[in-house]
Amino acid sequence: MPTLTYRDALNQALREEMQRDPTVFLMGEEVGVYQGAYKVSRGLLEEFGPKRVVDTPIAELGFAGIGVGAAMGGLRPVIEFMTWNFALLALDQIVNSAAKMLYMSGGQIRMPIVFRGPSGAALQLASQHSQAWESWLAHIPGLKVVAPATPADAKGLLKSAIRDNNPVIVLEGEMLYNLKGDVPDGEHIVPIGQAEIKREGNDVTLVCHSKTLPVALKAADQLAEQNVSAEVLDLRSLRPLDEAAILRSVRKTNRAVVVEEGWPHVGIGAQVVDLIQRDAFDDLDAPVQRVTEADVPMPYNKHLERAAKASPEKVVAAARKVLYLNGD
Amino acid sequence: MATKVHMEALSPTMEEGRLVKWNKHEGDAVKSGDTLAEVETDKAVMELVARADGQLLKVMVPEGTTVPVGNVVAWIGKPGEKVDGDGAAAPAPKSAPAPEPQKRAPPAVRSAPETPPQPAPIAPTDATRVKASPLARRMAKEAGVDLKLVQGSGPGGRVVKRDVESAPATEVQRTAPGALRTPLEGAPRTPYEDVPLTQIRKTIAKRLAASIGPIPHFFLTTEIDMERAAEAREALNKQLGEEGGKISFNDIVIKAVALALVQHRACNAWFQEDHIRYWNEVHIGMAVAIEDGLITPVIRNADLKSLREIGAESRELAARARSRRLKPEEYTGATFSVSNLGMFDIDQFTAVINPPEAGIVAIGSIAAKAVPEGDRVVVRRRMRATMSCDHRVIDGATGAAYMKTLKQMLENPLAMVL
Repeated sequence: MPTLTYRDALNQALREEMQRDPTVFLMGEEVGVYQGAYKVSRGLLEEFGPKRVVDTPIAELGFAGIGVGAAMGGLRPVIEFMTWNFALLALDQIVNSAAKMLYMSGGQIRMPIVFRGPSGAALQLASQHSQAWESWLAHIPGLKVVAPATPADAKGLLKSAIRDNNPVIVLEGEMLYNLKGDVPDGEHIVPIGQAEIKREGNDVTLVCHSKTLPVALKAADQLAEQNVSAEVLDLRSLRPLDEAAILRSVRKTNRAVVVEEGWPHVGIGAQVVDLIQRDAFDDLDAPVQRVTEADVPMPYNKHLERAAKASPEKVVAAARKVLYLNGD
Repeated sequence: MATKVHMEALSPTMEEGRLVKWNKHEGDAVKSGDTLAEVETDKAVMELVARADGQLLKVMVPEGTTVPVGNVVAWIGKPGEKVDGDGAAAPAPKSAPAPEPQKRAPPAVRSAPETPPQPAPIAPTDATRVKASPLARRMAKEAGVDLKLVQGSGPGGRVVKRDVESAPATEVQRTAPGALRTPLEGAPRTPYEDVPLTQIRKTIAKRLAASIGPIPHFFLTTEIDMERAAEAREALNKQLGEEGGKISFNDIVIKAVALALVQHRACNAWFQEDHIRYWNEVHIGMAVAIEDGLITPVIRNADLKSLREIGAESRELAARARSRRLKPEEYTGATFSVSNLGMFDIDQFTAVINPPEAGIVAIGSIAAKAVPEGDRVVVRRRMRATMSCDHRVIDGATGAAYMKTLKQMLENPLAMVL
């Protein structure tokens, strides 16, 4: 199986879908001539021409709206945001137009549109450019939200997103673009709404997604050295959530730690904990713990930033807590 | 946030505890697992341990105070951290000798109507409520384990999965009646075997219990010649010499009682309402008088231990029993008991069975007596032993056979090494 970077896996998904379906087109800042701020669209302008790879002005609300209109007209736009921090300006189109079109038109108007771009913190981009928006986006009925953590999932989920007849949010990561992994050639589809166990274990379930997958895997390695067998469950889709997979794993391990990149208050983890406490109550041996980013604007200072992020050490500490290994 | 230190249920039946001594004082650094205080329960003096790291911020209860289980007795937190209203949330601790609070004072005519209404007292934590994880609850239910009897190792004494898993197995191994083989030899080395009550046993249990209290006792007394046991003891102690750890008559009796039980499993049993639990292990409860009562520390697997081991263990247990420092697991789980009042010059007596055990042997003093031997009279050291039997488990002939074996063993101590 070929090894690709996350960025090239996304590029492959875009290229294959654009080859397969002439209604698919890409639009956003610097996607064409500059080949993408993070080079995800490398070579696409050359192959598909300026009608299908459209450079836009710095006007997120405007080009998101054009995308919504194009989708209403029967095309399948892929809207790239240079980062999701900039997409805040486009939220009105995403939330009020894209997410509600099918509902408010009484099912007459489909909205096959993809909004994608990197989300969350990278390194020292400071408060305004280091935000993980998944709980905001997953909050909205009418949207689907995916957050692939591996190159293979990035390809498979972007393909599913493009083929979906509903608006799909794809949350990528600046720190993920260089990640390498095996990616199946050609038709590789990861259905939206399916979590995946990335590492099997028996003692505790580490629920994660996107950039917290490597964090959870590293924590699982450290826990293994302490004779704790951790299961790592990658949610992959945040809306819809693969509730069955979460419950299956927690029923096996009896304990869970939910790891996410965003802030703690009203986070994705809170949603997962709600599910577990209600539907796996009698299988729980300890209250579920969460590991999140600190409840502050992301610091610019390198050390403070590191301290604010979810880390393997924090996950290990939380896992030991649910296993009652801390003596408290 | 500061962590509350609760009065914990340190024994299965504890409802309140007297704070004997604070080992840590306000301002001391404490680590999880440190002994904070000594607490006298209904059975023993136990250690109350810290379940958080930090500083002992506030001690809520002075030494000598009796506090219901569940009440806050102290706070642990970061230095300088504030604690909740200095314990206002906790009901006022009850002083040891103080009379019971008059909960149901008769509604006397209110002579002082201007008395401001008392705020409703906050109910103390229900001492009988068991804190357990949902999983532990489910597992306990499925396994038939009584959570009240499980010591919780989680925060605040929460019973968690591992506690239920290590709780005494209650999964019963059922055997058809009649399949019971009496001798322990050849029996599988599981701790015990549960045999359902047969109809006749049920009838015996019901009728005899109706006749004489919940446990229908009967008593079997025999006089045992202790001459050879005394000689053996003297020889052994001479051999031990300066090594110390002398062997007492009590040690010999415990060993003999245990070994005789190996041959009479029918007497090594618990009555359990709808079945009888025949133990394959022999754990001897040893009644020890303490200042204000009595307690029976247990010598486990006494049949497998040497006289020296039994001697050392019984001395050690008795000493700790007198200072009330036995752990619950050290005074529960006996399969049979021995009570010895020989040192008090009691010729013979009947001991009360300690349920669910089915028997106890009461040992009197060893005294020189004139005994006919052939056609002349000799002076021998003799001892009277009286077995109390639970008639629901042990019938007269069964008990008599056991006492015969016990007598033979003590009269011929060499039989014990067979």
